[in-house]
Amino acid sequence: MIAAAKLLIAFFILLGALISLAASFGTLRLPDVYSRIHAASKGATLGIISVLLGVFFYFWFLHGMITAKVLLGIVFVFLTSPVGAHLIARAAYNTGVKMEEKSVQDDYEGYKKFMIKKRKNTSL
Amino acid sequence: MKKQQTNDVILQTVTKIACFIILLFSFHIFLAGHNNPGGGFIGGLMTASSFVLLLLAYDLKTVQNILPVNFIYVAGTGLLISICTSAGSFLFGAQFLTHSFGYFDLPLLGKTELATAVLFDIGVYLVVVGVTMTIIQTIGERE
Repeated sequence: MIAAAKLLIAFFILLGALISLAASFGTLRLPDVYSRIHAASKGATLGIISVLLGVFFYFWFLHGMITAKVLLGIVFVFLTSPVGAHLIARAAYNTGVKMEEKSVQDDYEGYKKFMIKKRKNTSL
Repeated sequence: MKKQQTNDVILQTVTKIACFIILLFSFHIFLAGHNNPGGGFIGGLMTASSFVLLLLAYDLKTVQNILPVNFIYVAGTGLLISICTSAGSFLFGAQFLTHSFGYFDLPLLGKTELATAVLFDIGVYLVVVGVTMTIIQTIGERE
């Protein structure tokens, strides 16, 4: 029973560490800001969540404590980390950071131009 | 020149949820400070940081409508509470800053340890919240 619990804990913590490692390789190797944010936010979120799950199971199975702080941390990271990535990406786009040259389509640019033209027409 | 209207729906919606989590956790840390890591200082800083998150998501006037408090008075009240609880030991013929504790039977909680150090900690908490919010609001108001 204890051995199975230890296996489960080790699985979650190693999985989280590997996902975090993959996320850091993604931020190093991907070409532009947006794909780097994609790798960093998703990978780091899932990695941290699995490490925290491993910690939660460790305290539950081996020490008999249910730590609500760790569960709250999981919920909080899951809630806020994608929003942080969204805000960074939007700030990068609004300050005019270029996408990679191989990228095909930019729908938001046309939308922004349309909105600016509409605003000019209504003000006249 | 008119300020450009930005679309902050995602940030504002998540702020509404995250603010309550931060506030609850700061109260937990404040009350757990006697036997666990935590206390008045870090609890006050976390409460102030939840207000700062509100300031980031909304503008200054909205937050002043939500919290119609002058934070300088909050800091002053905290100092007054701290001094009163420290000087309260004179009533019992003890030295300044002497604290005591006792065990009471509360209706819901059962046997609980109540210490006068918590009252002192409330003062520290209010001073930290007041000073942090005063600094940030005065910097933010300057155009």
